[in-house]
Amino acid sequence: MSLSDGDIATIWLTLRLATTVTVLLLIFATPVAWWLARTMSWFKGPLSAIVALPLVLPPTVLGFYLLLAMGPNGAIGQFTQSLGLGTLPFTFWGLVVASMVYSLPFVVQPIQNAIEAIGNRPIEAAATLGAGPIDRFFTVVLPLAKPGFMTATILGFAHTVGEFGIVLMIGGSIPGETRVVSVQIYDHVESLEYAQAHALSGVMIIFSFVVLLLLYTFQRKGKAVGMTYGR
Amino acid sequence: MEDKADKIEMSGKSVTLVQGIQARFKLGYFHSSATSSFELDIDINIPGQGVTAIFGESGSGKTSLLRCIAGLEKTASGCLNVNGELWQNASMFVPTHKRSLGYVFQEASLFEHLSAMGNLRYAIKRNNQATNSQLLDQVISVMGIEGILEQFPEQLSGGERQRVAIARALLSEPKLLLMDEPLVSLDAARKLEILPYLERLRSSFNIPILYVSHAVDEIVRLADHAVIMGQGKVIAQGDITQLFSRADLALGVGNELGAILECTVLERDKQWHLMRVAFNGGELWLPNVENTQNNTQRIRILASDVSLTLTPHTDSSILNVLSGKIEEIINDEELAMSLLRLKVGESYLLARLTKKSLQKLALTLGKRIWIQIKSAAIVR
Repeated sequence: MSLSDGDIATIWLTLRLATTVTVLLLIFATPVAWWLARTMSWFKGPLSAIVALPLVLPPTVLGFYLLLAMGPNGAIGQFTQSLGLGTLPFTFWGLVVASMVYSLPFVVQPIQNAIEAIGNRPIEAAATLGAGPIDRFFTVVLPLAKPGFMTATILGFAHTVGEFGIVLMIGGSIPGETRVVSVQIYDHVESLEYAQAHALSGVMIIFSFVVLLLLYTFQRKGKAVGMTYGR
Repeated sequence: MEDKADKIEMSGKSVTLVQGIQARFKLGYFHSSATSSFELDIDINIPGQGVTAIFGESGSGKTSLLRCIAGLEKTASGCLNVNGELWQNASMFVPTHKRSLGYVFQEASLFEHLSAMGNLRYAIKRNNQATNSQLLDQVISVMGIEGILEQFPEQLSGGERQRVAIARALLSEPKLLLMDEPLVSLDAARKLEILPYLERLRSSFNIPILYVSHAVDEIVRLADHAVIMGQGKVIAQGDITQLFSRADLALGVGNELGAILECTVLERDKQWHLMRVAFNGGELWLPNVENTQNNTQRIRILASDVSLTLTPHTDSSILNVLSGKIEEIINDEELAMSLLRLKVGESYLLARLTKKSLQKLALTLGKRIWIQIKSAAIVR
């Protein structure tokens, strides 16, 4: 039971996809989470619902609409074509965009919860000490919300690694471009290559377990500090 | 109002320095339920030095006023001038981080991810001044936090945290220090632990302080001036001795009501452990305070410790008898009682008497009486 070169290529592609998506999501989701955590606007409810949609929608529904939107006649497709990038479906970057939409709630929500838990007080205290908005974010919000950012990173990464339906809709199974581990396993099973399917699935199980172990160990440590020293 | 603008001659040019703090704010919170609506509408003028207490019941708008001054209420409209610096008017709004102020919140607001020293350094790094280590040492010693600098906020007690928070506010070298009930979240013992540090703060640093509180005992110990607030409006403002001798304000409930006198020690009587003090209008004998060389004392005479006679009694155990005049008589909340404002020289005292006594002695406005003082508390 060993991994073929093709299997290893899919593992690398999956890691590259998950890393790209996680980094981009952290940059994109942080302002969204910040706004959701601090706003009193009526739009908070609708935006929260939109962000959470991927949690409840079947990946096929998301994939279907993204396919239309990114296609030659869709809004995103027209935009990318006007930039001379062609269309995104069945490319690596198409997968990146689709995965970002699909993993958005897993990154936004932990960050939003962490910022909400900080509350206004430390931010106001920093302002009275002369810290401007950007200074406050990097010296107060970021360190205090660190557990939330860690959780968001781990969940965003792991969830991207684990997706299947939306990849199949947007990416298909092009080796080196869109064929990620979950799709490869599916292909193995379809061709009755159970040994290879076993090997890759085993890797996935070990990976997922290690990631979750990391997550829970980290969360427990974060709490234990307060319990040990609290008076 | 006269001391608001000092004209000073500088190289032949006349420069007008607007001193003190002028603040005018309007701020409304409106909710669908009428009970949670609140409107702040104030216009205050306070000295640019010493401690000014902002006093009022909870919900009177004290904290909102402080937050407006700090620039934390961005929807407040108004005008704010702090010792000649314009912080807000109709067309400009200096954001909080550009206002030279220190703010001590009700509950500890230390950064949990930084040690006590890290919290202090956070302020020093951002105060736009070359803070020398001498000031740092002075602040640390005045607040008595030498031994806890390496600890993190979660390792500190409530009182320690609040002392670090005050030190942090001082180290931003503010032109104005705002303190929002810094003792309210502490129990009585911790309160007593911190009050001396606040007194040392007042005497060691020349920073004007706005001190929000609803505790009369804190205010009479710390404040020189006061703004009395109620339902989002200013009820009275001025010198603390004047405000506390007003019968109509009822500063303190029932038996706690009392006037404040500023006294100078004239002599200390070793044999009887007494001291003779003079105030603007007479002299009093008080128990000597052994452990202080302080020659000015602030004392508080409760209205319930004052009784009146028509002739000076010589056969009474009461040591302090003063001559005075009745200035004002109003009804107490308690039906049987009246509250009298008495003029003694240039000072005022309050007396709480039964209406029956009032009639028995035929006490009326302007009548000259003898005032017997059973006891006086030295508050600072």
